[in-house]
Amino acid sequence: MASIAASEVVRRRNWRRFTAAQRTARFMVYLVIVAAIVTAAQTIEIIPEFLADAPEQVGDLLARMWPIDWRSYPTDVHSALIETIHIASLGTLLALVLALPVGLLAAHNLVPFTPLNLLAKLILVSSRSVNSLVWALLFVGIFGPGALAGTLAIAFRSIGFVGKLFGEALEEAQPGPIEALAATGAPWRSVLTFGYWPQVKPAFWSIALFRFDINVRESAVLGLVGAGGIGMTLDAALNLFQWERVAVILVAILVVVIITEIVVTQIRKRML
Amino acid sequence: MRPVTPALDPYAERARPDPFPTSIWPRAAAVALIVYVIYACAQMEISWERVATGLANAARFLGRLFPPNFARHELLVKGLLESLQIAVLASTLGILLALPIGLAGARNLMPPWVSWPARALIVVARSLHPVIVAILFVKAVGFGALAGVLALTVASVGFIGKLFTEAIEEISLKQVEAVRATGAPFLSVLAFGVMPQVFSRFIGFATYQLDSNLRNSTMVGIVGAGGIGGTLFAAFQRFDYDFVCAILIAIISLIMLGEVLATGVRAIFIDNATLADLFRRRGLPRRDRLVEDD
Repeated sequence: MASIAASEVVRRRNWRRFTAAQRTARFMVYLVIVAAIVTAAQTIEIIPEFLADAPEQVGDLLARMWPIDWRSYPTDVHSALIETIHIASLGTLLALVLALPVGLLAAHNLVPFTPLNLLAKLILVSSRSVNSLVWALLFVGIFGPGALAGTLAIAFRSIGFVGKLFGEALEEAQPGPIEALAATGAPWRSVLTFGYWPQVKPAFWSIALFRFDINVRESAVLGLVGAGGIGMTLDAALNLFQWERVAVILVAILVVVIITEIVVTQIRKRML
Repeated sequence: MRPVTPALDPYAERARPDPFPTSIWPRAAAVALIVYVIYACAQMEISWERVATGLANAARFLGRLFPPNFARHELLVKGLLESLQIAVLASTLGILLALPIGLAGARNLMPPWVSWPARALIVVARSLHPVIVAILFVKAVGFGALAGVLALTVASVGFIGKLFTEAIEEISLKQVEAVRATGAPFLSVLAFGVMPQVFSRFIGFATYQLDSNLRNSTMVGIVGAGGIGGTLFAAFQRFDYDFVCAILIAIISLIMLGEVLATGVRAIFIDNATLADLFRRRGLPRRDRLVEDD
């Protein structure tokens, strides 16, 4: 007995938070991170002359941006800005419409058929893995340059985001009300509208608002690949080195993004 | 059975009220929405004919994407490696910068004259899309990977800074007070009172940010800031659609690999998994991903 107690004392004195295997795992992660950082820092191509030149270039940039050319705002920035907002909101709406059925299919408690769930998840993953600029490139290739390509790019990129979160909200729905409805012999449409929808409604609107906020930011750059909106004006100004116009556009984007964020936060507070 | 006379039946006189009355507002909102969609489509010259013409194009376009052409794999691997380098360095720099800025923004630990400037900095860093920031850095430090690293660093500071600030503001102050009561200096308060409470969430943000930087690092090349994006855009403009397809497949595989690795890191640090647990099929609990930004 005494020998057991003694070994217990030794064990307690050498208490460690993690087991040897857990410590090894953590150490391996640290090792890989450090190795990755060192390798990346050593092999990345940085041209020292460009770096040395940077302060001068920044000065030049600010000097060229300075008197900000506000007069160009009403003539060509304003309409492009409105178009950007249209792209973001129409894209979000289209995404909501398209993501609803996919989200429903992805929820295992609603569609208890695994192949369909997997198909829906595949759609969602591929939509999220492709950046909105790449979607824009593809749609510019199909529909030609313009706002249509931008709207579709925003919509297709958002399907994955909205569908995934909506599907997860559906899977978290309480089974009680749904069983109660099913027990009354309610058809599946009624089960959806009176059993699931009230439970996922707050999540749905919150996801929609959230995505709209992100889409306003994203739609501002789609024009760089020709998909409409203020990005096209920005691209034109950049190519002509009209930095004082670039400054107007950047300020306009910044203001719209911040206003959108404030509005979205306020709506969420009121509604949820 | 005797029929109920109308005088005795309380429900017979008036019609039963609808148990689920629809309020007028959702209907008005729906009408407004439809009007808006029609108006916006008209403004942007989106019409059914354009969509139809496009769909006819789509088949031809998709036909040219396949089969993917991996003949120029050297260019592909070089671009992907550069994207990886950009993502790793930008995440490192971004996290290192975001930690002090995020801490400075926490209103429960810092006085207002420290927290407001830090919060303003975070808002500005978050507001501009990484690609736009990349344009400015391309002008400042020239074409190449450095501009991409700096642009994504700014994005990381905005994202991690915001979440880190929120995480610190949600901590329990009891432990902080307990450490302070022992007379510990400020750094010890941070290390033993604050850090343990936010560490697991911080791992979540950091792995998510690496993932997000990986996605964006494949994009900043479109404006000349290095990485595979430049190759992709060039291939697109030359109508090398089969090479475009190969690049897209490579990018998606890289991002998926990154997600698998991130899940592993989260399991090790948050759920205290061992390396052996990672390869066990049921070893990992399903964990919700962060959805703050995408």
